[in-house]
Amino acid sequence: MYTLVYDGTFEGLLTAVFEIYDRKLFHVKLIKGEWRTSAMFEEVLQVITDEHRANRVLKGLRKKLSAAGIQRLYIAHMAEMENEESAIVGFIRYVFDTDVNVEEDYGNKYVMRLSEILKMVRREKHRMEAFIRFQKLKDETYYAAIEPDFNVLPLIIRHFKNRYTDQKWIIYDIKRRYGIHYDLHDTQYITLDFSEVNKPADVISAFTEDEKIYQQLWKSYFTSVNIVARKNTRLHLRHIPKRYWRHLTEKI
Amino acid sequence: MNAERITEKLNILADAAKYDVSCASSGSKRKNDNKGLGNASNGICHSYTEDGRCVSLLKILLTNHCIFDCAYCVSRKNNDIKRAAFTVQEVVDLTINFYRRNYIEGLFLSSGIFKDADYTMERLVRVAKKLRIENNFNGYIHLKSIPGASDELMREAGLYADRLSVNLEMPTEAGLKLLAPEKNRQDMINPMNFLKNEIILRTEEKKLFKRAPLFAPAGQSTQVIIGATPESDQQVLQSASYFYKSFNLKRVYYSGYVPVLADKRLPDLNTSVPLVRENRLYQADWLMRFYGFHVNEIVNNQNPLLDLDIDPKLSWAIRNMQAFPVDINKADVQMILRVPGIGLLSAQKIVSARKFAKLSWEQLKKIGVALNRARYFIVCKSNEFERRDLTGNNIKQFILAESQSKYNKNTQTQLNLF
Ligand code: SF4
Repeated sequence: MYTLVYDGTFEGLLTAVFEIYDRKLFHVKLIKGEWRTSAMFEEVLQVITDEHRANRVLKGLRKKLSAAGIQRLYIAHMAEMENEESAIVGFIRYVFDTDVNVEEDYGNKYVMRLSEILKMVRREKHRMEAFIRFQKLKDETYYAAIEPDFNVLPLIIRHFKNRYTDQKWIIYDIKRRYGIHYDLHDTQYITLDFSEVNKPADVISAFTEDEKIYQQLWKSYFTSVNIVARKNTRLHLRHIPKRYWRHLTEKI
Repeated sequence: MNAERITEKLNILADAAKYDVSCASSGSKRKNDNKGLGNASNGICHSYTEDGRCVSLLKILLTNHCIFDCAYCVSRKNNDIKRAAFTVQEVVDLTINFYRRNYIEGLFLSSGIFKDADYTMERLVRVAKKLRIENNFNGYIHLKSIPGASDELMREAGLYADRLSVNLEMPTEAGLKLLAPEKNRQDMINPMNFLKNEIILRTEEKKLFKRAPLFAPAGQSTQVIIGATPESDQQVLQSASYFYKSFNLKRVYYSGYVPVLADKRLPDLNTSVPLVRENRLYQADWLMRFYGFHVNEIVNNQNPLLDLDIDPKLSWAIRNMQAFPVDINKADVQMILRVPGIGLLSAQKIVSARKFAKLSWEQLKKIGVALNRARYFIVCKSNEFERRDLTGNNIKQFILAESQSKYNKNTQTQLNLF
C-alpha cells in the first residue's frame, strides 16, 4: 500500500494519476497535504505537480469522456471533500480500464459515488445562489458573506456575473478567507483584511442609509407572507438548514 | 421615501396576496444582454416561509380595494379590513431594491379591481413596462390578468411579462356562480384564449425573425381553489386536463382553501386547510404532465376521489396489478416510469446504467429507487426467492405499515429529546 501526497490542485490530482500508471501502483491512497518527511515512515510518495503530465492524463480522459463528464470530474474535485480522492481516482481508473464511455454506468460504485458527490456540491452551489444576501455599502458596492460547507465560490461566479452586470459586488467566503470582486467589468479573486473593521460600529457605518430600510422591509414581507394555518417547521428546516441562518437577512 | 408608510402598505398588500399560490419563477429564458439588471431562467427559491412554501418572487397586490364581492377572497368589498394601494413607482422601487440584494427572482403582481378591469390592468402593465424600459430589468415578471381586461392591454402585458395568469378560482362554472356571482367564467376564458393564440403567433414570428420581441416566454397559468366548493377530484383534474389541452397552460395551481371569512356558502371558519388533498392533486397533476398518465387513469367514475393515505401513482398501480411486475432490465422507459418509487431521474439512470450490465436490487437502491414501494412491482437481476402472490390490497397494507412504523420511530426520537 502506497500513500501519495499531492498539493490539492486538479493538476496535482492528474499528476498523481500519471504516477499511479507510470509506476504500476495498484493499492494506493491519495491524500492532500504538505510534504513532511519526518512524519512519514511507510511507503509514501510525494507527487510533484507537473503540468505536462497532468495534461497527458487530461488528454487521455478527453478521449474517453464527454466534455460534460470532464466538467463533472472537475467539480467533484473542487468540492474539496475530505477523503474523496480515492473515489475520484477510482473513477478515473475505471474510465481508463474500460473500452467504452462509462460515465453513465450507475451500477458501478465509483460512478455512483461521483454522482453522489456532485449532487451534494450542486445542491450547495444552488443554495448559495439562493441564500446570498447582498448589503449595499456606501461606495455602491453590494457585499455578501458566505460560509458554505464546500468550496463552491468559484462555481457561482458565472451566475452572479450574468445576473448583476450593472452593480459592483463582492462575495466573500469567511471560512476560506477569500472572495470575488466584480467591478462592472471583470471579476477578481481577493482577500480582505478584517482586523480593522471588526468593530460593529464600523460595519454599520459602511452601509448606505436605505440599506437598513430595505432589510426591514424584507423582514416584514417575510412575516406577512406566512400563513399561520399552514405552519410546518420540519419542512421549513429541511429547506433552510439552520447553519445558513446567520447570513439570511430575514432570519437574523 | 416614507419608510413607515411603505412598510404598512407592504404588510397589507403582501398579506392579502399570500393566498395566491402561483409564485414559481421558472420557465422563462430572459437573458441579461442589455448590460442591465438580472435575468430570468433559473427559478430559484430565495427563502421559505415557516409553512415551508418557497419565496421566489415579491408577491403583492397593487391594491386590495375591490368593487367585487367574491365570497372566498379577503379583499372582497364587504370585508371590513384595512385598505391600501401602491403607486406604480413604489412597486418598481421595491422590486429593484429587493432584486439587487438577491432576495427575489422578480415580481408577481396581482390586484383587486378598482373602478373597472381595464383601469386596473392598465396600471399593472405600467409597472412592468417601467421595470423593463426605464430600469433595464430582466428579472421575472408575472402579472395576474384582470378578468374582462381588453385584448389590447393583454397584448401589451405579454410584451413585458414573463408569465400571465388568469385565475379560474373555482374548478367548475357552478362553483364560481355560487361564490362569485358577479364574476363570469367567460371573462376568464376569453383572455386565456387570446393569450394562447397570441403566444402561438409570436412563437412562429420568433422562428422567422430572431429579433422579434419576447411574448410571455413562460406562458400562462391558472389557479383553482380546492375545498371551498364540493367538487370531486375527478371534476378538478378533468377540468385541469381540459385547460392544459385547450389553452396550452404551463401550470395549473391547486390552492387548498384557507378559511378567511364566515359565510354560509363556505366551509366553517375552523375547517382545516386540505393540505393532503392539495398535495395529492399536485402529484396527480405531475403524473399527467411528466409521466404520461391520462387523467382517466388517475380518477374516473369508479374512483372519483384521490386516495389520501397513498400517492396517486401507487394507487393506480395497485388497481392495475395486471401490468406488473415490470422487468427493470428490459421494459420501456414509459413503463418504468409507472412503477411506484421510481422517479424521472431514477428511471433515466436505470435506462442508462442497464446498457452496461443487468441491474440488481443493490444497484437500484444506489440509483435512488425507493425499494420499500418499488420492490412489489419489479423484477431485476436477483437469485433470491421473492413473493409474487400479493394482491394490491396486501401491498397497500404492507407499505402503509412500514411507513407507519417509520413515522412512529421519528416521533419516538423527538419525544426522547425532551
Ligand atoms: S375580484 Fe378578485 S380581488 Fe376582488 S373580491 Fe373577487 S377575487 Fe377578490
